[in-house]
Amino acid sequence: MSSVLADVLLVAALIGALALVHRPLGDYMAAVYSSTKHLRVEKWIYRSVGANPDAEMRWPAYLRGVLAFSAVGVIFLYVLQRVQDKLPLSLGFKPITPDQAFNTAVSFVSNTNWQSYSGETAMSHIAQTAGLAVQNFVSAAVGIAVAVALVRGFARSRTGDLGNFWTDLVRGTVRILLPLSVIAAVLLISAGAIQNFGDLHTITTLTGDKQAISPGAVASQEAIKDVGTNGGGFFNANSAHPFENPGGFTNLLEIFLLLVIPFSLPRTFGKMVGNVRQGYAIVAAMGIIWFLAVVAVTWIEYAHPGTASQIAGGSMEGKEQRFGEGPSSLFAVSTTMTSTGSVNSFHDSYQGLSGGVLLLGMMLGEIAPGGVGSGLYGMLIMAIIAVFLAGLMVGRTPEYLGKKIGTREIKLAACYILITPALVLIGTAVAMALPDGKEAMTNIDAHGFSEVLYAYTSASNNNGSAFAGFGANTPFFNTTLGLCMTLGRFLPMVFVLALAGSLAEQKPIPATAGTLRTEKPLFTGLLVGAIMIITGLTFFPALALGPLAEGLAA
Amino acid sequence: MTTNTKKQEDPMSTVTPARAPHKDVPTGHKHPEGRVGAGLFDPRQLVKSLPDACRKLDPRVMVKAPVMFVVLVGSVVTTVLAIKDPGDWFGWVITAWLWLTVVFANLAEAVAEGRGKAQADTLRKAKTDTVARRLAGDVDKRVPGTELRIGDLVVCEAGDIIPGDGDVVEGVASVDESAITGESAPVIRESGGDRSAVTGGTKVLSDRIVIKITTKPGETFIDRMINLVEGAARQKTPNEIALNILLASLTIVFLLAVVTLKPFAIYAGADKQTSMIVLTALLVCLIPTTIGALLSAIGIAGMDRLVQRNVLAMSGRAVEAAGDVSTLLLDKTGTITLGNRQAAEFVPVRGMTEAEVADAAQLSSLADETPEGRSIVVLAKERYGLRERHQGELAGAEWIAFTAQTRMSGVDAEGRKVRKGAAGSVIAWVREQGGEVAEDADTITNRISEAGGTPLLVAVRDDQGARVLGVIHLKDVVKDGMRERFEELRRMGITTIMITGDNPLTAKAIADEAGVDDFLAEATPEDKMALIKREQAGGKLVAMTGDGTNDAPALAQADVGVAMNTGTSAAKEAGNMVDLDSNPTKLIEIVEIFKQLLITRGALTTFSIANDVAKYFAIIPAMFAVAYPSLDKLNIMGLASPESAILSAVIFNALIIVALVPLALRGVQYRPMSADRMLRRNLGFYGLGGLIVPFIGIKIIDVLISLIPGIG
Repeated sequence: MSSVLADVLLVAALIGALALVHRPLGDYMAAVYSSTKHLRVEKWIYRSVGANPDAEMRWPAYLRGVLAFSAVGVIFLYVLQRVQDKLPLSLGFKPITPDQAFNTAVSFVSNTNWQSYSGETAMSHIAQTAGLAVQNFVSAAVGIAVAVALVRGFARSRTGDLGNFWTDLVRGTVRILLPLSVIAAVLLISAGAIQNFGDLHTITTLTGDKQAISPGAVASQEAIKDVGTNGGGFFNANSAHPFENPGGFTNLLEIFLLLVIPFSLPRTFGKMVGNVRQGYAIVAAMGIIWFLAVVAVTWIEYAHPGTASQIAGGSMEGKEQRFGEGPSSLFAVSTTMTSTGSVNSFHDSYQGLSGGVLLLGMMLGEIAPGGVGSGLYGMLIMAIIAVFLAGLMVGRTPEYLGKKIGTREIKLAACYILITPALVLIGTAVAMALPDGKEAMTNIDAHGFSEVLYAYTSASNNNGSAFAGFGANTPFFNTTLGLCMTLGRFLPMVFVLALAGSLAEQKPIPATAGTLRTEKPLFTGLLVGAIMIITGLTFFPALALGPLAEGLAA
Repeated sequence: MTTNTKKQEDPMSTVTPARAPHKDVPTGHKHPEGRVGAGLFDPRQLVKSLPDACRKLDPRVMVKAPVMFVVLVGSVVTTVLAIKDPGDWFGWVITAWLWLTVVFANLAEAVAEGRGKAQADTLRKAKTDTVARRLAGDVDKRVPGTELRIGDLVVCEAGDIIPGDGDVVEGVASVDESAITGESAPVIRESGGDRSAVTGGTKVLSDRIVIKITTKPGETFIDRMINLVEGAARQKTPNEIALNILLASLTIVFLLAVVTLKPFAIYAGADKQTSMIVLTALLVCLIPTTIGALLSAIGIAGMDRLVQRNVLAMSGRAVEAAGDVSTLLLDKTGTITLGNRQAAEFVPVRGMTEAEVADAAQLSSLADETPEGRSIVVLAKERYGLRERHQGELAGAEWIAFTAQTRMSGVDAEGRKVRKGAAGSVIAWVREQGGEVAEDADTITNRISEAGGTPLLVAVRDDQGARVLGVIHLKDVVKDGMRERFEELRRMGITTIMITGDNPLTAKAIADEAGVDDFLAEATPEDKMALIKREQAGGKLVAMTGDGTNDAPALAQADVGVAMNTGTSAAKEAGNMVDLDSNPTKLIEIVEIFKQLLITRGALTTFSIANDVAKYFAIIPAMFAVAYPSLDKLNIMGLASPESAILSAVIFNALIIVALVPLALRGVQYRPMSADRMLRRNLGFYGLGGLIVPFIGIKIIDVLISLIPGIG
């Protein structure tokens, strides 16, 4: 079988599996967030934190919950890293420096999982499992909760109530992320990923050198790393490491895991707003963009136009031999477009234009399909923008899902779409204007610039992947990237929840023949076009000076 | 007195000959460019409005349009830079075109406003400082019109200009309202009832009336109208504000993209190619200047189209609601049907012929001056070729005119008595004359009643005795083209509900014939109000027309309430629009005008944003091809030189504004169709067009520029 045919079958199998799960998982999540019953373990959690799980919250209260919970998470993680040497299972690692501890704390709480450290040589067992792994669950659950609150904003009318943050958080963790992770971990272990709490294995290599092999609860962290679109690997090499991602099957499984919730949430959305076809339109827009990117990157990687690759006869630098161009490209696109940021190959080594597509995938705002929760709310915001721009062309003031997109709504949506471009562009510009940017580069010219641009794009969009080699562990980058991650995660949530509140208060407008049909393919096309044009226009100059200049030179 | 007719004759007028014909606007016919596309565009208007456009450069005014304000700031910046480096021709040319961009934007607004200005001048003439005769007790005292207060009583006699808005409290007079409505036929205004409102600035032609003033000077109808047509009182509608916010945020995004480009360019070694002037040019090309420049003109032109149709909108919110209306409440009489019932057929009783009935019906209706009576004569002539006889033709005939008491008309001549009238009256007459009523007369009348018609009996008494000959079927006549119109409205997603005082049976028959979606029979003002509230509770926006005082609450409740100018001041106060022609059918046109306004706004926004793609392909290679030769591959248009590429983009950006002014003023072509088809059509045209047109435009400009010696 040719490798191209194998790749086509791989993508087909992946899409088939996602399509198969889309409906049951989407419906299940809708049921989870609509249910009025509490599990015993959930009741126990509510009692222990003193939350009333049935109290409805208006958007400011919901937002306070999100921010307070996340702030506590940041502080806890920070302290944990700073005192890890004094705790058991420390593996003898020293405390993390303050700037790196801050960076890592916000990185995991903001579901970014940017890692300026190497897990196996810096983090203790406690920090990894009690700190980082916990945030892998709850930061993902927070993302889904905010998305569900926005969906409720569309679904509900004449009320300001958006549900209860604590209930949504706990249910997302207990009923969705935990079970999925358990299944995923078992599958990963059965396919060869490691899972233990042992000490460092010191082995003697063939050449006689000593090498320390890190043990750890790898499979369990791998599972939630993908399911929660976190991306923070146990090992620095992330999913390129054979303990995390032993072979072709686990590779496909991991790609499936990181796409499964983001691609199923539109069904949840459709179900909750009472029109599943609206969900199909959204998932179609996500799928089209994702698929186009997969085709583009795979195609460019196979064509490998770069001079060095031409001489080498393939674009295999930075890729695992056991995966090859196709599966690596599929992983790369899926991880950048889901805000996961785990890698099975090194994006830095991709062809110039492929690197550009991966960058663009993040620049779109992580919406195709995006991170768990954040992908859905990002896409819904873009739908609002698209409805506003083009909806006028049907001769009515814009409305989406029976809610008017008026001054207040568009103000909030406009603020939302301003944030990440501002963070990416200002962050990159500051780094480039100061000596720090150039010092961190491991390449020159356009590629060096791409590294800096990639770092800020990844952090601001909460992706977490990096152009390998980029020296990000400096106080400057730990701090500025940390700020980008924090603002890039929580400022948008402020606007999303305010928007949800504003939508929930409206009374619904019945659809007529004069209403813009947002469940039709035409709207999906319009949405894709609006996303591509608006983001494309914002980042085109930056992309031209990085990946385009490099890629077109080949 | 200046009239609108005079204005139209002036060939140099900046005002389009715009007023719609004042007769009942034909409902079915279509203008070639769509019903609501109006207003021819004269390029000379551009030149005429130039001084106004330059006056608008005031930064305090410009700051209200954020996109164009950025361009203004950019122009100032490049001007300063050009002065600092006077030898740089490129800087000067860019500066000149940036200034032109700003002026063109102002020009669009000035042209739109100019069209209303002349109309306002005409109105001002009507609002000459009138002298009022204020009543104090029984004597009147002459005071300036500006001193009148609400509640004052003033006297107006033939020849007087009415000094302010008010209600007639005493007397009846004919009034010339042409100053406001453009309609030269005088109207009757009388105390009490629904025709008591008078408007300041109109002229009493006969008789004497006493008016109770209801508005303060400066806030009268005519004042509001002047403000409205001049655009002075034009408030931005909510959607316009929202669009402005989105445009502002896009402007900020592009500002960021351009500002941060500088450090990137320095690193890339393209410092020299990204001078402040080039970056400013890039910024101006990227921010949505096209829609930013035309947004306000589109709004003004939309209002203008409304004013041209003699409708005054009193609130911006109502204007937008009109585009979103999903339920139209239409009064049956005058809107859906012609004002009066008309004879539709003659039905003979057994043993008679239609022609005999027609003959008797015609004869007996000659003395009936009511519209129904005349329609019988007309039907007899048209259907049976009966020549219309005149009353004088029959010697010695005794004519019995129709009265409300007898409810019969007829004639006694040549020993023959003919009568026609309401069934009860005629039956009584036949019995009184000793005749018998044919058995099937009853069946026929019942049948007609059930079909929603009104039966009139025709009877005769001659040498064969008194007997009923047949029945005249009077029915409501649905206006031509209404069915098609309702069909169109349905496709646009608008439900029509007919309001009538008729019984449900009659109402249903007419509703079926006219093709309305629903009807409200035996409607009282309370029923109407309840209906509106019910529709609104379901999230629908409701539009209605009304004129009477008892319509006022419903008019105020409706999202779009169009009051007839003939109506009471209470109704005019309650509604948010006033139709000077008092033509209830116009509601449909109002809806279409605002749909067109919204579509124009959306189309130009889409066009404007899609334009940016081509501009990038012009400017990015121009800036960076020196640093990274590979980026020259992006120069897919094959533009001659970096300077000409940037210049072409800037010039295209400025010229497209002027090119689109006519479209902004006229509005995009509009035809009622479903949202799906409309979106497909407009997206294809303005979205794809917006992508492609600039590639061609920039290339052409570049070719022209490179022909200039010393550049290319």
